[in-house]
Amino acid sequence: MSSSVDTIRSLAEQEYKWGFVTQIDEDRVPKGLNEDIIRLISARKNEPQFMLEWRLNALRHWFKMAREEGAPKWANLKIAPIDYQAISYYSAPKQRPKLESIEDVDPEILRTYEKLGIPLDEQKRLSGVAVDAVFDSVSVATTFKGKLAEMGVIFCSFSEAVQKHPELVKKYLGSVVPHTDNFYAALNAAVFTDGSFVYVPKGVRCPMELSTYFRINAAETGQFERTLIVADEGAYVSYLEGCTAPIRDENQLHAAVVELVALDNAQIKYSTVQNWYPGDKEGRGGIYNFVTKRGKCLGVNSKISWTQVETGSAITWKYPSCILQGDNSVGEFYSVALTNNRQQADTGTKMIHIGKNTRSTIVSKGISAGFGQNTYRGQVKILKSAVGARNYTQCDSLLIGDKCGAHTFPYIEVRNATARMEHEASTSKIGENQLFYLRQRGMKTEDAVSMIVNGFCKTVFKELPMEFAVEAQKLLGVSLEGSVG
Amino acid sequence: MALLEIQNLHASVNGHEILKGLDLTVNAGEVHSIMGPNGSGKSTLAAVLARRETYEVTQGRVLFDGKDLLEMDPEEAACEGLFLAFQYPVEIPGISNAYFLRSAMNAVRKYHGEDELDAMDFLPLYKERMKLLEMDEQLMNRSVNEGFSGGEKKRNEILQMAMLEPKLAILDETDSGLDIDALRIVANGVNAMRSPKRGFLVITHYQRLLNYIAPDFVHVLVDGKIARSGGPELALELEAKGYGWAEENEQVLPA
Repeated sequence: MSSSVDTIRSLAEQEYKWGFVTQIDEDRVPKGLNEDIIRLISARKNEPQFMLEWRLNALRHWFKMAREEGAPKWANLKIAPIDYQAISYYSAPKQRPKLESIEDVDPEILRTYEKLGIPLDEQKRLSGVAVDAVFDSVSVATTFKGKLAEMGVIFCSFSEAVQKHPELVKKYLGSVVPHTDNFYAALNAAVFTDGSFVYVPKGVRCPMELSTYFRINAAETGQFERTLIVADEGAYVSYLEGCTAPIRDENQLHAAVVELVALDNAQIKYSTVQNWYPGDKEGRGGIYNFVTKRGKCLGVNSKISWTQVETGSAITWKYPSCILQGDNSVGEFYSVALTNNRQQADTGTKMIHIGKNTRSTIVSKGISAGFGQNTYRGQVKILKSAVGARNYTQCDSLLIGDKCGAHTFPYIEVRNATARMEHEASTSKIGENQLFYLRQRGMKTEDAVSMIVNGFCKTVFKELPMEFAVEAQKLLGVSLEGSVG
Repeated sequence: MALLEIQNLHASVNGHEILKGLDLTVNAGEVHSIMGPNGSGKSTLAAVLARRETYEVTQGRVLFDGKDLLEMDPEEAACEGLFLAFQYPVEIPGISNAYFLRSAMNAVRKYHGEDELDAMDFLPLYKERMKLLEMDEQLMNRSVNEGFSGGEKKRNEILQMAMLEPKLAILDETDSGLDIDALRIVANGVNAMRSPKRGFLVITHYQRLLNYIAPDFVHVLVDGKIARSGGPELALELEAKGYGWAEENEQVLPA
């Protein structure tokens, strides 16, 4: 009996591997949140007037929300109160003001990304992934920019987009997630400091995966990035986002917004591997991940797919959604969410069917281990106009041990009788039978657990780009170590 | 040196003693059949030998190829060459048979410090062995045992055995639930694996399987102990006279 428990216990001692801190000089604004801070951030970033006004608008709305109702309380999460005045809303590595090439990036930061295995170096172009890396609040380098520019693809930091493509930013910023959408979206709109911007012009199939890597380094800061991806008519883009943070005792706030816009016949595939620091075994520290992600299938026959692998963060509050406005548009959501130790996740999606013959697919795989609490919350809404809409939802939970929890909250609202809805749900437990079978074939306990979990997640992993699927599998293995006993 | 040497084995589940002083020796090259009525401890013996942790050994010793089997984890015993064909093979959704089996083989190879097999080395062998068991190649890409018929599951067990090439194979009621064609196919698979270097422990309820897999020795297990041992003729006698006869006529076995 003892051996497998021992193995597991020893594995449980394995710590978060990405928890190092990089020593760099920071340029940060004073703690606190008020209009002067917003003006300061906007000035630091040399923003045009419309941006400053947009931010101030959002801030006023946020104050109103904070006064009237505070942070949303409907999620199945236990959250310690957050003092929004104790956070510094802008932290940037201090260095030369302008970053034109990779040589300008602080070598200390480059070493950090090297440790994380991010192919920032253009020498590694064979990997075929263009990377924008956001360190604390600012984007430090964007690779492959030149090659993409030849095809008319814009892939740059949000700050740069504001400077160089203000007309696109003005047109689409907030068009999918307005600042009034929710508490954290309002906060983000006021204080966001950087993020990534992608525009793929008409008929262009983006030839490589675009990728952003987010890292929170500084203490007592939050990260509030904003990503905007626009695929023009007939365009295609696949985008991947990864995240890590150092180990710190206090909780850090990450409140990002991602907006996707797909015009006629366009397709956007957005994949996330989220591995923010989850806190220690007792639940101290860790990232609060409050993210609003939404895509709008604006054009006919457009398609937006969200694939997420959520293994990190102390708390995850995240519902990547699709507004299916164009006729025949397609929305997909594939999710693996893992909670171990004291982690909590309340995640899912919203599929809003507006156009005719719109289709959506939801596949959610929740894995709970340790004392982890995992909630799937999904809404499928078929509006009156959505003739012939279809939804398929599959929602599976896997429990490891007997102290964790899995919860499912599906909301279905149908206003058109031609809609077809399918919903399947299951809850299972990794059994002693399965483990013994694999061990009898020679596999170690941790490999056996990893194999069973990976099998459980297979339908989601196959949606990820190949190399990231491999990463996700490994990550899941590491995050689960120590979970059986 | 015997391949498997069991001396005075006592084992219990949840404090309930099932094996009550079992002795058995299996040499390489031999096929031993363990027969016995329901509840006599046949499957417990298989589970204990495979080191299942829910079974507690309270007394006795077991040497496997000269090493103390009772000190081993399930995976260690497996890597040392002990294979159990399960009575109820487990399903693993989302993991293909081919991937599962290659992972198992590589776990064993790693244990012995050998290089891992890549798909190119693995597949031709896998396909060849599938033919031996008259299995459809399509099965290799399907999830382990998921949606398999009873017969397919059992054939899959023997296929795994044929690939892992263990020193000792324990077949736990592999014949249960098989129709006559499946029985023949499974038996062919086992017979093809018979070798002077390999031992078999064939646990069965019925004499039927032994028409296809001719054992060298037959043992009758009654109430956690071997009550009778003999040659193949013992199985026929049991079939004719029933287990009650074996219980009443317990032999005193030479130590």
